[in-house]
Amino acid sequence: MGVMKFTEDHEWIRVDDPVTVGVEATVGITDHAQTQLGDIVFVELPEVGRTVAKGGEVAVVESVKAASEVYAPVDGKVTAVNAALADEPARVNAAPEGDGWFFKFAIAAPAQLDGLMDADAYHAFIEGTG
Amino acid sequence: MASDPLGPCARTPLYDLHVARGARMVPFAGFEMPVQYPTGILAEHHHTRSAAGLFDVSHMGQLKLEGTEAAAALETLVPGALRDLSIGRVRYTLFTDADGGILDDLMVTNAGDHLYLVVNAARRAHDAAHLAAHLPAAVRLVPLDDRALLALQGPAAVAVLGRLAPEAAELRFMAAGPATIDGIAVWVSRSGYTGEDGFELSVPADAAVAVAERLLAAPEVAPIGLGARDTLRLEAGLCLYGHDIDTTTTPIEAGLAWTIGKRRRAAADFPGASVILDQLANGPPRRRVGLRLDGRAPAREGAAIEDDAGTPLGTVTSGGVGPSAGAPIAMGTVAAAAATPGRAVRAVVRGRRLPATVVDLPFVQHRYHRG
Repeated sequence: MGVMKFTEDHEWIRVDDPVTVGVEATVGITDHAQTQLGDIVFVELPEVGRTVAKGGEVAVVESVKAASEVYAPVDGKVTAVNAALADEPARVNAAPEGDGWFFKFAIAAPAQLDGLMDADAYHAFIEGTG
Repeated sequence: MASDPLGPCARTPLYDLHVARGARMVPFAGFEMPVQYPTGILAEHHHTRSAAGLFDVSHMGQLKLEGTEAAAALETLVPGALRDLSIGRVRYTLFTDADGGILDDLMVTNAGDHLYLVVNAARRAHDAAHLAAHLPAAVRLVPLDDRALLALQGPAAVAVLGRLAPEAAELRFMAAGPATIDGIAVWVSRSGYTGEDGFELSVPADAAVAVAERLLAAPEVAPIGLGARDTLRLEAGLCLYGHDIDTTTTPIEAGLAWTIGKRRRAAADFPGASVILDQLANGPPRRRVGLRLDGRAPAREGAAIEDDAGTPLGTVTSGGVGPSAGAPIAMGTVAAAAATPGRAVRAVVRGRRLPATVVDLPFVQHRYHRG
């Protein structure tokens, strides 16, 4: 069974096998994040092969109003990016947790996933900050 | 919401209307203002260009100057030829300082028995103090804090307003006069900040909701927030005070030489005239330009502008996407030698050097009703 976890910076990370070092996860921004940002007009994606530590800046999402950083939810290495966002950044608005994914990530320390929020905790978090 | 994160912001008379329509409210120049409604900035932008948008711009400062010497007195603070302004005409002008810098930009209307001024929200207090300090006793400054200001902008604006106030639809661009909407006395100017045909309506605060709802009831009209107001004015190449122009830019550098009246040039009798007229004759060191970027990434305010060799040329002063232009666009000030349409430059964004081209302003052609 896969798991989906969430960060306080409004990224999600989905992984089919949450225990194996090097397993590939998918990362994007949450529906709450895209709602707050509004119309997204550009996404700057990382280079494949780049290694990023948990909390490190890994992508930038630009709405009409402003640019916002996207941070790595856990330590890992970028293995693929969603090239479709170059021509269709609005996919992030339309399907933030589907076609609007940002990049795939080989996870270096699966135990870090335990420190992230599950869906219920994340929803409680955004209610509290909303 | 447990607490008010916006702090002690003022509210316009339309605050409840914005909230009821689902606006996201943000602090702006000391007011809680709608940045967007649920349809979002892009949809609001396109709606304004294709139909009509209603903007609450009540945060802007409205005031009047009374006294027979008002125009002559105001001329001592601005380079515009206001004594020559006919009754019912509107003029865009600038408060300048002794160094030729711009203290604010404003609209001045000859309303017959007084001058009607609209100044930037963030400069209301500054401008009122500036006027109070320099006007002679015979000229009375009256703040119009009991009035709201609405802007109805877009190609359908004239049809909408014409149904409610036919007299207003007869105005041409930069003309103004009184009108009534459902018995409410309003002051209408055919002007705006979008590049589109449209109107600005000064309304008694206690009638602002009624007028706004009447306009919003028209099928062509949607409420538009500050987010789209910014993308619309950027495409129209219109300056935003505190960003594209400020005390470090002169009217000549800003491309606003056209605001300096012929008589005022000859007389050289406005603040900063020596600097400004020297730049007019011999060229300014830098100029405001438009930039169109090649890719999709926008360059925002503060981004450095360089030439191909990496030599600094200037800075982006406003930038983002142009929804109608279909590309990232920006305005910036660059060294005068580089301010040539077609010139290839680079905008530095997060360390990347994005190819861009200097282009003529505006990015989207104005569609004013010049009559």
